[in-house]
Amino acid sequence: MLAKRIIPCLDVRDGVVVKGVQFRNHEIMGDIVALAKRYSEAGADELVFYDITASSDDRTVDKSWVRKVAEVIDIPFCVAGGIRTVEDARRILEFGADKVSINSPALADPDLISRLADRFGVQCVVVGIDSYYDKELDRYCVKQYTGVESKTCTTAWSTPDWVQEVQKRGAGEIVLNMMNQDGMRKGYDLTQLKLVRSLARVPLIASGGAGAMEHFRDAFVEADADGALAASVFHKGLIAIPELKDYLRKEGVAIRD
Amino acid sequence: MTTPKITIIDTGYANLSSVKIAFDKIGADAKISADADDIRKADRLVLPGVGTASAAMAKLEERKLPDLIRSARQPLLGICLGMQMLAEISEENLGEKDPEVKCLGVIGSRVSLMKTGDLRLPHMGWNQIEIQKDHPLFEGIRNGSFFYFVHSYAMNLGEWTAASCAYGASFTAVAASGNFMGTQFHPEKSGAVGSKLLKNFVEMQL
Repeated sequence: MLAKRIIPCLDVRDGVVVKGVQFRNHEIMGDIVALAKRYSEAGADELVFYDITASSDDRTVDKSWVRKVAEVIDIPFCVAGGIRTVEDARRILEFGADKVSINSPALADPDLISRLADRFGVQCVVVGIDSYYDKELDRYCVKQYTGVESKTCTTAWSTPDWVQEVQKRGAGEIVLNMMNQDGMRKGYDLTQLKLVRSLARVPLIASGGAGAMEHFRDAFVEADADGALAASVFHKGLIAIPELKDYLRKEGVAIRD
Repeated sequence: MTTPKITIIDTGYANLSSVKIAFDKIGADAKISADADDIRKADRLVLPGVGTASAAMAKLEERKLPDLIRSARQPLLGICLGMQMLAEISEENLGEKDPEVKCLGVIGSRVSLMKTGDLRLPHMGWNQIEIQKDHPLFEGIRNGSFFYFVHSYAMNLGEWTAASCAYGASFTAVAASGNFMGTQFHPEKSGAVGSKLLKNFVEMQL
């Protein structure tokens, strides 16, 4: 049985792991390699590294640490941040990453998704979507350049339309960052997650808002997400991965030993 | 006994370093090369793969590797697409007129798009294998162990199937035919159990 995936996310800025609340006020959480090793040994099923400054600074993610991460862990990991060309992606995969995730550059150049999928196969190509619920418009909007507050902008894409577009272009997996919930630890936005699930034929990873073990259960059982990504609850030691996995197993979720 | 020399065949595509790192971690002597001598003289060969079958076969042809690989007598392990390339035919030829790609043909199997019904593709994540045959690769590995899979195409079941996996339909998760072996999953990304399988490959007597 295919297991649901627990995915700690490490937001990287200037070579250290940071975490903000609703994408702001970042605090330093620790060393990249040490955290990667700790999560891998604790039973994480996969890791995601986001260089949150890369796209808005117009530079490619600093790659030296990708190699170091690959040397200490033996589970899959994905690297995101400022990947704008096939060459950028190739280098990151060569350093030992398993997938690349593109977000802002895909919005700027949607054909990039297809070029990456043609070259590396769809399974290497993850599209991250920063989705913000606009209460007044009652609409899920896709945001761009969320790494730096002053540069963040709302695109013309609605989240459901963009979800369909990226799949058409060859996305092999979607990470849905539900921005309103990010860092709040009040649970994933299940309404939005279910909506996107109904449109996603590729694996879907829930992101933004996990604060308790039940939130992971809800994402898997209620919304049928393939993976759940979280940062602060793991970095701050609020949830330990082995206990989370025990809990989910008892709840009947397929989880890797 | 001296440490076996492992050549990871440089297929010109990315993702070779994680395979090399995995062998380094178990203390094996592995190098990445497309050199004919390195391939002939190695005690073990590894054929990794990322991308599509058509592109990967084209790369092998360009480097004049297919015959060299076919004539290998030492244990060879194909990983993911590398395993699929051991088959006769793959149907993964995106965007081309001819829907079939002729592969290395050292295992008499066929690779096609997975039939998963309502299940999502790619088949991505940790799934369990069902061991179908005793094989030195499985030494100390229990039936039902989880390995990391990432693929949309898969090899059919047949006499070459040493372990299967179910995702929608069952497919070959581990193929073995003489000295040619392959895993659909990525042992180098499958934690401790994956590392054990690689160690078995390095230490096996065929």
